Amino acid sequence: MANASETSPIQNKPAIDHVNPLSKTLLAKLDYDQLTNCMRCGFCLPACPTFRETGLEPESPRGRIALMKAVADGVMDPDQAFADQMNHCLGCRACEPACPADVKYGQLIEQARDAIEDHADHGLPVAGIRKLFFKGVFPHRGRLKWMGKGLALYQKSGLRHVVRGSGLMRLLPKAMREMEQILPEASGQGVVERIGTFYPAKGAKIARVALFRGCIMDVLFAETNVNTVKLLSEAGFEVVIPTAQVCCGALHAHSGEMDQARELARANLKAFEEAGVEYVVSNAGGCGALLVEYDHLLHEDAEYRELAAKFAARVVDVSQLLVARGRIPAFDEAAASGSEPVTITYQDSCHLRNVMKSSNAPRQLMKQVANATFTEMHEADRCCGSAGIYNVTQPEMAGQILDHKMVHANRTGARYLLTSNPGCLLQMKLGVLKHGDPEAMEVKHVVDFLYERMADRSDP
Amino acid sequence: MLDAALTRQLRSIVGDKHFRDDQEARVAHSYDGTPMLQALPDGVIYPETTEQVSRIMTALAAHRVPVVSRGSGSNLCGGTVPVQGGVVMVMHRMNRILEVDLENLTATVQPGLITASFIAHIEALGLFYPPDPSSMKISTIGGNIAECSGGLRGLKYGTTKDYVIGLEAVLANGEIIRTGGKLMKDVAGYDLTKLLVGSEGTLAIVTEATLKLVPPPASKKTMLAMYKDLYGAARTVSRIIENKIIPATLEIMDNPTIRVVDDFAGLGLPRDMAAILLIEQDGDAETVERDIARIREICEFERADRIEVAESREQAEKLLTARRSAFTALARLRPTTILEDATVPRSRIADMVLRIDEIARKYGVSIATFGHAGDGNLHPTATTDARDADEVHRVEQAFEEIFEAAIALGGTITGEHGVGLVKAPFLEWKVGSAGIEVMRGIKRAFDPDNLLNPGKMFAKETRKRVVIERG
Repeated sequence: MANASETSPIQNKPAIDHVNPLSKTLLAKLDYDQLTNCMRCGFCLPACPTFRETGLEPESPRGRIALMKAVADGVMDPDQAFADQMNHCLGCRACEPACPADVKYGQLIEQARDAIEDHADHGLPVAGIRKLFFKGVFPHRGRLKWMGKGLALYQKSGLRHVVRGSGLMRLLPKAMREMEQILPEASGQGVVERIGTFYPAKGAKIARVALFRGCIMDVLFAETNVNTVKLLSEAGFEVVIPTAQVCCGALHAHSGEMDQARELARANLKAFEEAGVEYVVSNAGGCGALLVEYDHLLHEDAEYRELAAKFAARVVDVSQLLVARGRIPAFDEAAASGSEPVTITYQDSCHLRNVMKSSNAPRQLMKQVANATFTEMHEADRCCGSAGIYNVTQPEMAGQILDHKMVHANRTGARYLLTSNPGCLLQMKLGVLKHGDPEAMEVKHVVDFLYERMADRSDP
Repeated sequence: MLDAALTRQLRSIVGDKHFRDDQEARVAHSYDGTPMLQALPDGVIYPETTEQVSRIMTALAAHRVPVVSRGSGSNLCGGTVPVQGGVVMVMHRMNRILEVDLENLTATVQPGLITASFIAHIEALGLFYPPDPSSMKISTIGGNIAECSGGLRGLKYGTTKDYVIGLEAVLANGEIIRTGGKLMKDVAGYDLTKLLVGSEGTLAIVTEATLKLVPPPASKKTMLAMYKDLYGAARTVSRIIENKIIPATLEIMDNPTIRVVDDFAGLGLPRDMAAILLIEQDGDAETVERDIARIREICEFERADRIEVAESREQAEKLLTARRSAFTALARLRPTTILEDATVPRSRIADMVLRIDEIARKYGVSIATFGHAGDGNLHPTATTDARDADEVHRVEQAFEEIFEAAIALGGTITGEHGVGLVKAPFLEWKVGSAGIEVMRGIKRAFDPDNLLNPGKMFAKETRKRVVIERG
């Protein structure tokens, strides 16, 4: 119990002699109720990857919330170190399930970043790149497709070979160079170009669902989108792919571009409302986690609030839907390789696990595969360091986390390391390339692994 | 503000990276797990060795700068809030297990080691370290020693003090002392080991600890018993002990807790129950079976309304959910959760639970009670809002009266959380003015300049007793 007379107000409070405009924005944007709800028990600390790597209180959720509250309370000036600390968070949200008081940390960190972005003075190259991608590329399907085609041309024409040989790559930051090596074959042909906008259910129809195809997913992992549709069809779902859908806005929301994220959300609400479906199915934990929180994203939008709540309630991950409502197909390792039984393991997508609350469904599906043995990787529930574009913006911390992750991955001795999110997939690929044996361990999306092992892959 | 010469000296001892006096570090070390307390230190230091701690203390003593040593800052008594500024010393870098001695069944560890990591390491070796505070996933062994942490297994296995048999510690003047050892018997002088355990960082800075390990129990069984009559539950507790059975766990939840837990976890608990007991016994399989059967008879005799005995580990986990959810469920009710630990002789549990209920109603505040019935250690938990000054004041009044009631029943103001800042004004109620004087004398002997965690344990003045004593 506090003895108020001895302890309040805050003691040894530094004199904040000027009012930083960022303080005002933070005070306006931060949800003070959530700041108060943190009771500082510290239960989040062991769950936090950056706390674990550094052992430093400010690098923990409790520390970051205390910093936000100190700014809101006028105890602290939001300096560059404050902004850096907010950006140092991976946003994996592993602290949320660990929190007894149910503090919405994910929302707080997004609010803080949104305020910081409002005042950020990025130098020209960074500001330009941010604008190019957040406004110029991700929201525009056509441009993404062109980018995909361009990338495909680069990869296939031999230009990549020339560039890699020329030393030009050395001009790029290390993190980007590493990424270039592991990018899968891009394509201008997305899921709709490949199979159309409608795919019937095989056998008796259980429900009509819509695929959320994603922006990056559909350029770099279009095949996974196709396999998702076929897997759903096999399990008894009729699939539609609304073509008016756009990027989910997750990368925007996580980087402090909240208005952009909301704009994209509204476009998606309209696109999916017309589809008349029971579920909106995502196959990327990072996208699904934002879609499932559209209700929160638009809670202040009187016009869209209701629609957003309805939409959010319909969002599921493909694994969740298969397990909860589907006729799970027969899977057999022999269907894919026809060889020896294999060992498989799984790296959780943080957002699928901590936000969509699905950690069992993917595991349950993997365990259904005949002639494949599932081995749990130690600390599979901890972030791999990908965290959206964190591995590009904070390469040092991301690399450190990945190094530790790979120790556990290698210990499983698995032939296949499976994931449920494109970011995690690329990061784990990088991990295997740097610290493992790409010949011995293949990184794959769960959906692709399952589809390739489906005993009956005939068309409906 | 620290003197520039001192700052330079501190940096030269630990390196630039491990001494910080920037805003971020100061704000992030201005609080602990206690609600409504905050005070900024002037600097934060992260030592790596005992020798560094010693040199830091010599430097700080020369400048008369106070120091608060801490682990993860999860304590609930304001024990690590730097109310007089100075330097916060974080022990996280000293987190190694130095040795596990299988011949003597001891472990020697550094203070910054996380309790749960230590327990996992020890259990992998087929051994057992029983103290299990609820914060063990984040608490450190050093923090557990400073607060003499308890936990769910206290009744049968004791608390931290029963497992610390040797210490290395740095005194306020920088001198290093060693107490005890890998010894099960040692009466050479005053028992400084036990004195330092629970001294809340006010006497010395622990830099190494030798801990006693025990063989683990072979099996374990879990049961729940629910009562419409609180006294029936309380009598069950006494009667189990009377029958010479000491369960590994004997926990109680009162009616307000049951309701909140049921709302939160949807366990389908009967909401009209006055109390639920969670009972676990461990040991060799035969004894466990016999004890659980006997406990079941006692519960039936005391008219338990419903009894569930887990037949598998999964079932046991389900039964444990109710008790484990208690804190979480309460913490979600309101923004501010104040968890206290008034403790009474276990024969007075029912009286105490009823008194807490009565006091909460008197002040118009919400207090739910759960806790370790077997050792009389209750956790009356108030849910409130720090921003509502009037309600917070009534909560404070209610807790004062609860402390008073606990003492009147032969109990204490704190069973396992410590005195720190928040219970300092009440310490004299428990130990008397002569007791306080002896304690102050001990403090002076160790730390004549009052540099180690000043402002804790001893209040400027004792709170006046406002409540008429009642039996």
